[in-house]
Amino acid sequence: MPTFFEKKQLVIPGDLLAEGDYLPGENTYMEAGKIFASRIGLADNENKKVNVVALRAFYVPKVGDIVIGTIVEVGFNGWTVDIKAPYTALLRASDVLSRPFKPQNDELSQVLTAGDLIVAKIASYDRAHDPQLTVGEPGLGKITRGQILKVTPTKIPRVIGRKGSMISMIKQETGCQIILGLNGVILVTGKSLPDEELAIEAIRKIEQESHTSGLTDRITQLLKERKGNKTEEQVNE
Amino acid sequence: MNEKPEKLIDKKGIRSDGRKVDELRPLKLQVGVLSNADGSAYIEHGKNKILAAAFGPREVHPKHLMQPDRMVLKVRYHMAPFSVQERKSPAPSRREVELSKVIKEALEPALFLELYPRTGVDVYVEVLQADGGTRCAAITAAALAIADSGVPMRDLVVACAAGKVDDTVVLDLYDAEDKLGAADVPVAFMPNLNAVTLLQMDGILSTEEFEKAMNMAMEGCRKIYQMQKEALKTKYMVVKEAGEE
Repeated sequence: MPTFFEKKQLVIPGDLLAEGDYLPGENTYMEAGKIFASRIGLADNENKKVNVVALRAFYVPKVGDIVIGTIVEVGFNGWTVDIKAPYTALLRASDVLSRPFKPQNDELSQVLTAGDLIVAKIASYDRAHDPQLTVGEPGLGKITRGQILKVTPTKIPRVIGRKGSMISMIKQETGCQIILGLNGVILVTGKSLPDEELAIEAIRKIEQESHTSGLTDRITQLLKERKGNKTEEQVNE
Repeated sequence: MNEKPEKLIDKKGIRSDGRKVDELRPLKLQVGVLSNADGSAYIEHGKNKILAAAFGPREVHPKHLMQPDRMVLKVRYHMAPFSVQERKSPAPSRREVELSKVIKEALEPALFLELYPRTGVDVYVEVLQADGGTRCAAITAAALAIADSGVPMRDLVVACAAGKVDDTVVLDLYDAEDKLGAADVPVAFMPNLNAVTLLQMDGILSTEEFEKAMNMAMEGCRKIYQMQKEALKTKYMVVKEAGEE
């Protein structure tokens, strides 16, 4: 029952990964007892499951995911939202207003209009229906301040780190609030512009070096260094 | 220009462009050349110069082409007005429409169409310079562009032609051989699954000749596949190594 790859080896679609007593995991498929890669990425196996960590992919909605989207259109009883997925999402008016929605009383474009950014949760989604969003939970809703940056959706788990170690460290070091949209959009809100920029720099570094080990330590070092420089500058002034 | 050469193959078995009977034209492949496309690739196959760009999966336009149970693949094969000696009208010709369909059908088996219903993947193939065998080069480049865009694939698709020139079966015909030769057999296939996705024949071949041409084309495909693989890995190796320093 062999596997045909080394740990963290770069594989491309069609590469034979394993034969026999293995299970196809992420970004792989099985045909006639053989497991092949279906995306460019780094192969790995965990017990009997063969996975490929994709280097390039797109966001596929999943119920319960927190995403950051842009309103693209105000409709009759809701909004259509671009969530950087193959499908456009819907946000219903009654969900935002948290009371029965009457078209004659409410002007939807005064609540949210095209171009507004929102943090939302995916309430429902399946093959036959476009994803529906909800903002009826604390922390969700319209974004009023902060900066947005976009990364490949596959890199989001790396930004979170093991049990959230990476993200909580960045939050602590920069004093910024960071919301990670699982669709690859990140919102950074800090007390000052330099704080936000530092957090963004750290996230960009993670994106570039996502597949290397010991990344959390290097990011900690980077943040400490930058902060050290800043305090020195202030002293000099 | 383009006078008929005395002989397309000389006594020593050397072709009019200096190649051996079973030799491919020089090939250059590059992945990720366009920053505005989700995925892209560039191929130089002899004098052919072709760009391919892939987008998606995204909403399908026009809407009526959307399929409720699967993803649709749209391919546009287009030749630039300056790609051939005589200016080619930029409007899609009968030939281009047909090639778009043929390339689409050659790539479809490599995609998991059932995975993302109601969406579409768009592939644009732009021939900048043509010198025979553009459909094959286009398929090779388009497969790379799709893989680069992050759309899951069963396998890469690679294509190559063989044909008959001066009563000899030869590999990878170029423009003059294509026009003056007796037959042309383009083949596209998925090397790991060993499945043929495109097989055409223009001209007349005997059964033996066809078999020979087919095997020759498959052999050519395998050689091109190695380069295709290399090209795709090169782009992502750079990404990988930059992080490891």
